[in-house]
Amino acid sequence: MKQIGKKTGTLIITLLFISFASFFAFQVIPGDPALSVLGMDATEQQVAVFRKEMGLDKPLLVRYGNWVWNFAQGDFGRSYHYRTPVSGLLGDKLPVTLTLTLISFSFVLLISIPFGILMAKFAESRLGKAANVVNQVLMSVPSFFLGVLLVLVFGLLLKWFTPGKYISYTESITGFLLYLIAPAAAIAIPKSAMVIKFLRSSVLEQRKHNYVRTAYSKGSPENRVLFIHILKNASIPVITILGMMIADIMAGSIVVEQVFNIPGVGRLLVSSIGYRDYPVVQAIIVYIASTVVIVNFIVDMVYRLVDPRIREA
Amino acid sequence: MKQTKFFKMFRLLFLVYVLAIVLCGCAGGEQGDTTGVTTTASDPQKGPQKGGSVVVGIQQDLDSLDPHMADAAGTSEVLFNIFEGLVKPDKDGNLVPAVASDFKVSEDGMRYTFTLREGITFHNGSPVTIDDVIYSVNRCAGRLEGQEAPLVSAYSVITEVNRIDDKTVELVLESGDTELIGYLTAAIIPKDYEKQGESPVGTGPFRFVSYSPQHAFVMEAYKDYWQQGMPYLDKVEFRIVANTDSAMLELKGGSIDLYPYLTSDQARELEGQMEVLLGPSNLVQALFLNNAEPPFDNVKVRQALACLVNPQEIMDMVADGYGTEIGSNMFPAFSKYYLESTKDIYSPDVERAKALLAEAGYSDGFEMTITVPSNYQFHVDTAQVIVEELKQGNIQAKINLVEWETWISDIYRGRQYQGTIVGLDADLAPKDLLDRYHSEARNNFVNFSNEEYDKVLEEAMASIDDAEKVEKYQRLQQILAEQAASVYIQDPAKLVAINPKLDGFEFYPVYVLDMASVYFNN
Repeated sequence: MKQIGKKTGTLIITLLFISFASFFAFQVIPGDPALSVLGMDATEQQVAVFRKEMGLDKPLLVRYGNWVWNFAQGDFGRSYHYRTPVSGLLGDKLPVTLTLTLISFSFVLLISIPFGILMAKFAESRLGKAANVVNQVLMSVPSFFLGVLLVLVFGLLLKWFTPGKYISYTESITGFLLYLIAPAAAIAIPKSAMVIKFLRSSVLEQRKHNYVRTAYSKGSPENRVLFIHILKNASIPVITILGMMIADIMAGSIVVEQVFNIPGVGRLLVSSIGYRDYPVVQAIIVYIASTVVIVNFIVDMVYRLVDPRIREA
Repeated sequence: MKQTKFFKMFRLLFLVYVLAIVLCGCAGGEQGDTTGVTTTASDPQKGPQKGGSVVVGIQQDLDSLDPHMADAAGTSEVLFNIFEGLVKPDKDGNLVPAVASDFKVSEDGMRYTFTLREGITFHNGSPVTIDDVIYSVNRCAGRLEGQEAPLVSAYSVITEVNRIDDKTVELVLESGDTELIGYLTAAIIPKDYEKQGESPVGTGPFRFVSYSPQHAFVMEAYKDYWQQGMPYLDKVEFRIVANTDSAMLELKGGSIDLYPYLTSDQARELEGQMEVLLGPSNLVQALFLNNAEPPFDNVKVRQALACLVNPQEIMDMVADGYGTEIGSNMFPAFSKYYLESTKDIYSPDVERAKALLAEAGYSDGFEMTITVPSNYQFHVDTAQVIVEELKQGNIQAKINLVEWETWISDIYRGRQYQGTIVGLDADLAPKDLLDRYHSEARNNFVNFSNEEYDKVLEEAMASIDDAEKVEKYQRLQQILAEQAASVYIQDPAKLVAINPKLDGFEFYPVYVLDMASVYFNN
């Protein structure tokens, strides 16, 4: 309970810091949202009216204070560019990016755990060594590049899906999920390779410990030693990596959304930075930052379940 | 130990090898030598077919669905299909009556009289009344209660909007202006309809269906459109593509039927899959020079630059030779006013350039920075060619890439630059291209200042005699060219990829995508 209170405190401080930093960044970088909306030949009068309407005529700290106050009450403000409430804009896009992140993450789990264990088990064999080299290659391929490859091979050559023919979840859930498979694979493959590498070396590391020798000398069969004894200890560093990876996958989805033309949060973020539409940017940044902090919190909880030593400490 | 080192080395080499194969596999596409580019879209052999739905790829998201609030060219391109003004442009650049069935401009250019079209209706079914017209004009002019500034700047010259009868309205201007008609294409919308920004209602050939930011704008045929038989298509989706690369993948995959912003490389790549149409962009692409900043305050330096830059070479290098060379701030679509001879004032001549630089006191050359908005690859490519061309005159130019928003605030509005490459467009009024060079003009971002120019421009503005106006506009172009206000390059070619099953696509001298004329051939 105390732990949860402490974590909530960290979350709030992190969000305040990050939101102020991004708020301030928009003051420093060139470009004016008024001109972005009104056009490059807007008159001074039009600009003044717009700034007043959007509250841009007030000093920075007052604007930031207002923003925090409204945000705390659930009012995310209005987008300058689209002239609609930010919550409506985000509400449309969040499910898309969240689903993409979740599918990618499940792919990472489904691929990396069995392969990581297998590769550790057969680490000494030729096949195991070859698989390790392939894994290294996959790890170093950036997701957007893999995305382009997947579009070329599965979209254009094999025609398993039509590139760009995104189907909204409001039209058809199945169509929506099917379209997300390829982008999720593009995100998941390099990440899985990374987890496989960690899991493999973590298992190999644990194998050298005395408790493993004890287990073998007790007469436990190899698989029992691997799954019951080694894996439990080997999974702790892997959980850390997986936790960090969720944030990474979200960042990856921002890039991959561009390749597959998926209208998610990533595309909205990139375009809103261009438009200097900072109510939207602020809301997305806060969303990403809170996800990272919350995921870290969940990871901490999972540690406790897996390792009693942390629970007691 | 030695063995592991060897193994590591081997692994590294293998990795490089695999990556190299993967990368080469991607680079080697089929490349043809010829581009299958045609200039006309219609094929008389095949007749138009009613119905069908089409997906159009667009590069920019819409900035507002309210036609009077929208500013971006990319938005008016789409909304052209939903809304109509009192008049609208046709494919030849003429203004034809739309919501008005007829209009008259008084001889002194002070009074514009419009007659409302009989039987015209809004997409919500209600008939267009003269009150709707008056409301729309007042809204653009910022004359409604509570409005502080005009929504369409050009409308600020309107001082009175008079209702003559149920079918006729008269606009009175503060001073004579025969070019205002070019701006009266602004949408006529229903009076007091509050939801224009979410669910737009107009009188155009298509009606609004749905819009999702960063994804798509969908519209369907309006069955009661006043022009009988139009439009042909049932449904059109404008899909916002993330970038040109993903647009290419979608064109190849067949999920986009029409994409109007190809580069010449992409046109070549699409050969055999898509038909590629060629038309003008109606832009003035130039190396704009800050005339207030030394050494460009010296006319001889500017002229020297004009002698070093070779438009034909640029077109060959960046656009496979497509494009039309220009010599002043005007493009050929304004055929009545366009002065073609200006393009021959400076032919590429390194010796003449060196002599001019020597006269100006820069025989050893100088260094300069060319600022280019990074989102326009075409201008960036052009800048790279120009950098090489300027070296012949010992001018060492370097390219500074900036974001578009930065370009607007620092370069265009702040005028903090030496040289910059962009394309300037114009609405249907040629004065858009010329009045920005008046020494006092708010948007004179090149800081051009010339007494004769100011005088001729003022005379041209005041003139209501067409022949006189043409003569003055041509004189203005001549001055810009002689003074080398900037280095004018070309009106770039516009390459449009279109599904071979589609016909009827028309190029407009303004930035619109008219989907009403497009149809599936039999």
